[in-house]
Amino acid sequence: MSWLLPESFSTFGPDVDFLYYVILWVTGVVFVITEALLVYFVIRYRRREGQKATYIHGSTKAEIIWTTLPFIAVLALAFISIPSWNMMKNPDSVPADALDYIVNAKQFEWEITYAGTDGVTGTADDISTINIMHVPVNQAVNITLRSEDVLHSFFLPEMRVKQDAVPGMDITVWFEATAAGAYPIGCAELCGNLHTTMGGTLNVYEAAEFDAWVASQSADADDADDADDQEDQ
Amino acid sequence: MDAHAHAHEMPWIRRYVFSTDHKIIAIQFLLMSLFFLVVGGLLAAMIRWQLGFPSEPMPGGMLLPDEMMAPTPAGAIMLPEFYNSLVTMHGTIMIFFAIMPLLVGVFGNLLIPLQIGADDMAFPRLNMASFWMAFPAGLLMLVSFAVEGGAAGAGWTSYAPLSASGEYTGVYLGQQLWLISLTILGFASLAGAVNYITTIINMRAPGMTWFRMPLATWALFITAILILLAIPILAGALIMLLFDQTIGTGFFLPASDGEPLLWQHLFWFFGHPEVYILILPAMGITSDVLANGARKPVFGYHAMVLAIVSIAFLSWIVWGHHMFQSGMNPMLGTTFMITTMVIAVPSAIKVFNWLGTIYKGNIHLHTPMLHALGFVSMFIIGGLSGVFMASTPVDVYIHDTYFIVAHIHYVLFGGSLFAIFAGVTFWYPKMFGRLMNEKWGRIHFWLTLILYNLVFWPMHSIGIQGHMRRIYDPTQYEFLQPLQPINQFITVCVFALVAVQAIYALNFIISIWKGKKAGNNPWHANSLEWTVPSPPPHGNFELVPIVYRGPYEYSAPDVEEDYWLQDTPPPSETAAPALEPQPVAD
Repeated sequence: MSWLLPESFSTFGPDVDFLYYVILWVTGVVFVITEALLVYFVIRYRRREGQKATYIHGSTKAEIIWTTLPFIAVLALAFISIPSWNMMKNPDSVPADALDYIVNAKQFEWEITYAGTDGVTGTADDISTINIMHVPVNQAVNITLRSEDVLHSFFLPEMRVKQDAVPGMDITVWFEATAAGAYPIGCAELCGNLHTTMGGTLNVYEAAEFDAWVASQSADADDADDADDQEDQ
Repeated sequence: MDAHAHAHEMPWIRRYVFSTDHKIIAIQFLLMSLFFLVVGGLLAAMIRWQLGFPSEPMPGGMLLPDEMMAPTPAGAIMLPEFYNSLVTMHGTIMIFFAIMPLLVGVFGNLLIPLQIGADDMAFPRLNMASFWMAFPAGLLMLVSFAVEGGAAGAGWTSYAPLSASGEYTGVYLGQQLWLISLTILGFASLAGAVNYITTIINMRAPGMTWFRMPLATWALFITAILILLAIPILAGALIMLLFDQTIGTGFFLPASDGEPLLWQHLFWFFGHPEVYILILPAMGITSDVLANGARKPVFGYHAMVLAIVSIAFLSWIVWGHHMFQSGMNPMLGTTFMITTMVIAVPSAIKVFNWLGTIYKGNIHLHTPMLHALGFVSMFIIGGLSGVFMASTPVDVYIHDTYFIVAHIHYVLFGGSLFAIFAGVTFWYPKMFGRLMNEKWGRIHFWLTLILYNLVFWPMHSIGIQGHMRRIYDPTQYEFLQPLQPINQFITVCVFALVAVQAIYALNFIISIWKGKKAGNNPWHANSLEWTVPSPPPHGNFELVPIVYRGPYEYSAPDVEEDYWLQDTPPPSETAAPALEPQPVAD
């Protein structure tokens, strides 16, 4: 049983993990001190015959100290969180050279649309896959997240990405993977009876491999009549 | 007394079933909510069976109908739609029909009139109506398991659109009954809240100033205000969702230009005050019991009151922290992060003051005191884990994982439920005239504390590994398969945790007849409920009590004993009291 985060493989990783460990340390210290005092007081001041408790009603000084210190601590935690949050979720933070994707969620699959060779989604050479997402390493990707039916939540644990997909809304999600490999995709929002099956895989390729894959898929697309044939399962 | 005699003339059904006596109504709420606590616990055990042993035949599963459990030669296997109903109903029943009525229905009714020196609630008939709305609402919720399509399965938060149309889940009537049941319960809560507020403002005994009220009553007063303001929002949202389900409106359905996020805003605008409705009375109970066990005044009484008031105020401006990943504007996320961080401060103040209360005490570890200390130590964990999800970037990762499940259970089980055990054990003699057994009380406390931590502490860990909430079969995700031994460990501990609650149940039942006779004041406490017989007669006080001091004058140097009842005249006034006790006007 571990309090350590699993290794991260995106540019968000260092920010999220740093904040997590800062909070773990701060709360860990408070936890140990308060619980130790609790146990110590219970033992030290346990009932003894003939002993009377000390008649104290409080201390204004103590109240001021233990109001001010937590107040400063939690505000500090909030303020150091703001820049990372803006970087992760503010649509203005998406790098200009990010590759465009559309992820469309529905009961119970992820439909991923790629811009294809022309670099623009919504054109004839778009590629689409189900439940498997291919991205290049060290390259930002800009996802327009949609849902057709109910809420879903697009969860890439190793990328430190999670965003609900909401029907009727286009939500911007971006990340940049930092190592090639295969990583899980999960649905984190209860979406119906088969919610548990709504998993997938994120394949992160070296740039050249990814380009080759896009090229091969685009070539296939020219031949194929039915978009379902391109499911890269 | 007249009131007393009058009560005995009433037929049995008016005294025990359709009673207007606040103490009887408290006991009715107690029996109802303990029943639902057992139901909620059994639902949890079934959830854990599926998580520990996914899609393996469940022991006893053959007893359930085929719509819930798929029969196979080896035994019955849980269906995913039934799993979703279990998850939904466990949360709904525990929150609305166990913890909330235990804290508000039981202690609000029992303590408020007794602690302020009143003969009953301001509106006794409304009080009776409150229980007789809550109880059928609970039955309706249970009945929904038996209807076609099963019980609601969109989570206790019932996020739209999943909850707004049966086409997504196959649950039509079950979801509608869920909505109707909670709407009825909402009216019951409103009736109670109006009663509590009116009673506390108008019916305090002479000398019972605001700052001489016990913190339990203070917390219940502020909680009642939260209920009065929050429940109408829930009721409005529930009715809108019911219209979406039944008469074709589209408040939350994008296909009809509705807005799914509107449900979340309405639900959590109610829901976050609700979180504090579920913890403030527990904090009040804990303060009363800790001072009694430590034989010391509550440390920083005024700071404690101010902390309750500021939590109540802040609880209205933090709801967005449930929605950081919902698609809400990220700028709003930043705002809600700051308010959420700030609400940790009054909770921290309360913890430090509780530590101050036991500091230099003469601590008597009776069963209620053990549970109160259990509350403080577990609430520390639940409070601190909340800081993680308050930080929006960290929340990106842990949102909707078992870390959140661990957090909510450290607050609602480790927090509220331990305080409920403390409170029920502490005021049991005032309800039934006898004490619960101390030895079995302690055994139950230690077993519960240990097993509880074995269940919920590891959930932090699997959450940190990315284990999502509300998934029917974690082994479907390859990256979660290594966590399966922990899931099995948790499941086994849950079974043990549920089983040891039988000790409390037996202790509760047997002590009604076999417990040690309590007398007026078995805990040597100070507040007014301990000045009257256990149980108090109809009308409570023979003479209107006169209050001379606050409720926590333990170990005062002026008196020989280590307690000083609120209505004992000060030594200088014994010869010629300033105020003559007056007979109760009837």
